[in-house]
Amino acid sequence: MLSLFPLLPLVMMLGLWLARSPRQVRAVMATGSSLLLVLAVVLVVRYLGLREAGETAPMLFTDSVVWYAPLNIHYAVGVDGISVAMLLLSAIIVFTGTFASWRMEHDVKAYFLWFCLLSVGVFGFFVSVDLFTMFMFYEVALIPMYLLIGVWGSGRKEYAAMKLTLMLMGGSALLLIGILGIYFGAGATTMNVQEIAALHNIPLSLQRIWFPLVFIGFGVLGALFPFHTWSPDGHASAPTAVSMLHAGVLMKLGGYGCFRVAMYLLPDAAQELSWIFILLTTVSVVYGAFAACVQTDLKYINAYSSVSHCGLVLFAILMMNTTASTGAILQMLSHGLMTALFFALIGMIYGRTHTRDIRQLSGLMKVMPFLAVGYVIAGLANLGLPGLSGFVAEMTIFNGAFQNPDTFHRVVTVIACTSIVITAVYILRVVGKILYGTCDNPEHLKLSDATWDERLSVICLIVAVAGLGLAPLWVSDMIHGSVSELIAHILS
Amino acid sequence: MDFTILILLLPLAGFLFLGLAGMKLRPRTAGAVGTTLMGVVTLLCYWTAFTYFSAGRDASGVFPTLMPWNTVWLPISGDLHIDLGILLDPISVMMLVVISTVSLMVHIYSFGYMKGERGFQRYYAFLSLFTMSMMGLVVATNIFQMYLFWELVGVSSYLLIGFYYTKPAAIAASKKAFIVTRFADLGFLIGILVYGYYTGSFTFTPGATTLAAAGGMIPLALGLMFVGGAGKSAMFPLHIWLPDAMEGPTPVSALIHAATMVVAGVYLVARMFPLFIGCAPEVLHVTAYVGAFTALYAAVVACVQSDIKRVLAFSTISQIGFMIVALGVCTSDDPHAGGLGYMASMFHLFTHAMFKALLFLGAGAIIHAVHSNEMSTMGGLRRYMPLTHVTFLVACLAISGIWPFSGFFSKDEILTACFAFSPVMGWVMTAIAGLTAFYMFRLYYGIFWGRENRELHAEHRPHEAPFSMTLPLLVLAAVTCVAGFIPFGQFVSSNGEAYTIHIDGGVATLSLCVAVAGIALATWMYAREQQPVADRLARTFSGLHRAAYHRFYIDEIYQFITHRVIFACISTPLAWFDRHVIDGALNLLARGTNGAAYLIRGIQSGSVQRYCIWFLSGALGLTILLLLIR
Repeated sequence: MLSLFPLLPLVMMLGLWLARSPRQVRAVMATGSSLLLVLAVVLVVRYLGLREAGETAPMLFTDSVVWYAPLNIHYAVGVDGISVAMLLLSAIIVFTGTFASWRMEHDVKAYFLWFCLLSVGVFGFFVSVDLFTMFMFYEVALIPMYLLIGVWGSGRKEYAAMKLTLMLMGGSALLLIGILGIYFGAGATTMNVQEIAALHNIPLSLQRIWFPLVFIGFGVLGALFPFHTWSPDGHASAPTAVSMLHAGVLMKLGGYGCFRVAMYLLPDAAQELSWIFILLTTVSVVYGAFAACVQTDLKYINAYSSVSHCGLVLFAILMMNTTASTGAILQMLSHGLMTALFFALIGMIYGRTHTRDIRQLSGLMKVMPFLAVGYVIAGLANLGLPGLSGFVAEMTIFNGAFQNPDTFHRVVTVIACTSIVITAVYILRVVGKILYGTCDNPEHLKLSDATWDERLSVICLIVAVAGLGLAPLWVSDMIHGSVSELIAHILS
Repeated sequence: MDFTILILLLPLAGFLFLGLAGMKLRPRTAGAVGTTLMGVVTLLCYWTAFTYFSAGRDASGVFPTLMPWNTVWLPISGDLHIDLGILLDPISVMMLVVISTVSLMVHIYSFGYMKGERGFQRYYAFLSLFTMSMMGLVVATNIFQMYLFWELVGVSSYLLIGFYYTKPAAIAASKKAFIVTRFADLGFLIGILVYGYYTGSFTFTPGATTLAAAGGMIPLALGLMFVGGAGKSAMFPLHIWLPDAMEGPTPVSALIHAATMVVAGVYLVARMFPLFIGCAPEVLHVTAYVGAFTALYAAVVACVQSDIKRVLAFSTISQIGFMIVALGVCTSDDPHAGGLGYMASMFHLFTHAMFKALLFLGAGAIIHAVHSNEMSTMGGLRRYMPLTHVTFLVACLAISGIWPFSGFFSKDEILTACFAFSPVMGWVMTAIAGLTAFYMFRLYYGIFWGRENRELHAEHRPHEAPFSMTLPLLVLAAVTCVAGFIPFGQFVSSNGEAYTIHIDGGVATLSLCVAVAGIALATWMYAREQQPVADRLARTFSGLHRAAYHRFYIDEIYQFITHRVIFACISTPLAWFDRHVIDGALNLLARGTNGAAYLIRGIQSGSVQRYCIWFLSGALGLTILLLLIR
């Protein structure tokens, strides 16, 4: 069943290749992404059903095929609560991203081909439990990004695409070394994450070397300070759906990898060295928020906001307790959904006004009320309004982080908490500037509000954000079991 | 009491319905839907209060604390979980009555006041959202639920202050209100984190053993929570958002920024009162000093403001100061010995909500008539608006503390409690009470008597407000006239036992004298057409006058901190650092790689002769090297 996730986008690529007109391309994409969404929902239901029935194995729906015996590389898949949540998130973003780029004009077919390849990588990454397969899918997800930004982007797109790809490639170089280190350190008998964890035989002296490499390798994608600078340029130049997918899902690969690979497989070094990364992530959280306060490009604001929020994900993981890590996963979901919503809306506004400079935008509430209200909701979710997803995630994280009784953890937690105030500052600044007030540009008065496809995309995301915010219990329950297992192993 | 859940669900349904489908409805229909729902909610609240209080006390002589609903909303860890539910005890039931009454009045009033405004439907949707959040706040079963709804009322307040979203002042005010209270909420949040960690739960009543184990952390947690309360309740120096919040529609000011949301901080302290008294009496007394200073500061500033809504805003800040003081001067939970302030505070909260809402709604009627907030456009309005005049006068007398209006009774209890705490506190608060009477009657004379702006009134004749607006005025005025005679102590007291209010003759005489003196002074200075005394005073003390008019420049200090320090000295350099240093380092790396490649690419020239030279000289060099080493 799990293999369907990377397979379906491949089939969609085939369909796209055969498609003759943009209409057919859209039909393929709509069908395919809807199927993916259905598939993800079915997976969630079946997963919860099995857990309900008392299934206790850490990974469900596992499957393994030998791929390259000399290096013990398997195509091995399996999911726990965390990956199920991530798969659902990815499916939602792919679905809404498709509709957000519904009216794309330029070379639709190629665009969606690359878009599907990106999805293959993302889905493949989340279902894999084999280090090598995981790494491979990770790379598959990175490469299309270069072309998607370089060809369909805006602004300094070539520069941004090159920078993003090179930085992420740099990260994956570290990662590859780290993964090989883990493999050989654990006795070179298996690449399976669960098995390596069970062996728990990597000497501490080696762990000390590989942990920083793997953590930074994934951390680059998770916008860890000071390796985050690809994010503002990359997001700003990427086309709408790519921004959505990138901020919504791809950045989650970083957090997920840090948790599943770096922390889980190298637990002793993680405990020893966590303080360094806690400092870096605390800086990320506050620094990103402060930097967002003075940006003038909507996408830059969001990119820095993402640095802050993704910093919180890594921060929470490093707190090494179940509560904070559950919060980290919730934050990944929440950030994924609300940032996707943000980028979708920014894309729609940009598509109409042809500017993202907040100094040139004003009074959009009157002109495009639907998009403006959506933007306000996204903003409120971002600043942690109860009833929307951000609040749930942040409160879980802060409560969890506070459970570490020593002064160091307490101080960084309080510092991280201040981000909720700074977030309010930059969100309200933007909302006040571009949505409220009177519309100064006569050209903008003629613009139209959202079309049906845009509405569909925005409404889906708002429903998801509100759903997570209003009824967090089931998601939190789904994640909680798996997280506590990982944490128990890390602390053992 | 299962039906109490409807008190939260009906306004929520109203918000969702009006928010999603409102724009499709005619404005009046949307308003009618919102008001009808609110009417039902009000009836439910009254019914709750009636059944709750008539069910009587339990065996130990207190009203029972009921929890008709409570479900786990979000588990945190182990025993720590965030619950959502409904808790009924004397103060929450009292608050339900206050909120629903004022909210219903505002709903009805807005029909007239907001008539023809763009976004009428949106307005009613936000009112429903606010009512739901505020109700959820007061019936919270645990501190985290309180925080959750606390944030929601903050957002509803933001949305309503910024209702006229094309007005720059309204945008700035809404932003300021949200950010200042958010800043205070940071304290609240950290307080909750400390509290949750050390008591192992978010309940209001942790066991004695956990409290003993938590030890010195509880005062810290309570102090931090009070920071949040101080932000919402506009205590100095976090008060700066409230006067600006007056940019919102006036009925909103009446509901949110006078009667309900701004007393959330008082309610928070009252809710945590057993803990304050039990573990942290010293923190409680600090709140009293904060409250007293705020009351004094705001009263002084209120004396010189010229915008009638600002005067009322500062008077609200001052009165909330009274409530906080009343709680802060408690020294035990026995109402007969040092715990009187609790009851007095809640009583004042109740009476103040009614007469302050009345004042704001009256001010709204006046603004509606003259289309301005400035006192200079008013004067002599009593002839044009008799009904508004009488109800406004009732409210002014009540807030000044004149018998038999409600304010007299509650303020008298507060002063009694203050005198019991320390004579200094008692005299200071009495003086502030006198100041209150003075500035309220300055306002009253400025609007209804005094110097009339005849040119303006000839051009546009002020008129009495429509019935939808005068009805709430009459209802609230009636409540203000009789509320003082409610045997409040029978329902609410610090330890829950019945307490019979008795008026302390000495304090009552003193406070009446001071109030009358304040009114007399205001009459002497402001009642007539010419105001030589006031003008001369303003000239003589021009420095003080200007400083007070500019609210002692507190806003400017904030302005300086946010713009010059945070934006200019932190954010901008950080953003620059990010773009130039961190990103610059990367670009340097990239350029370095590029440059190195450029340097060495000459080697791969493709010219065979050159390769030969390199090859031969290399071989030669190596040979020489080998020879030398040997």
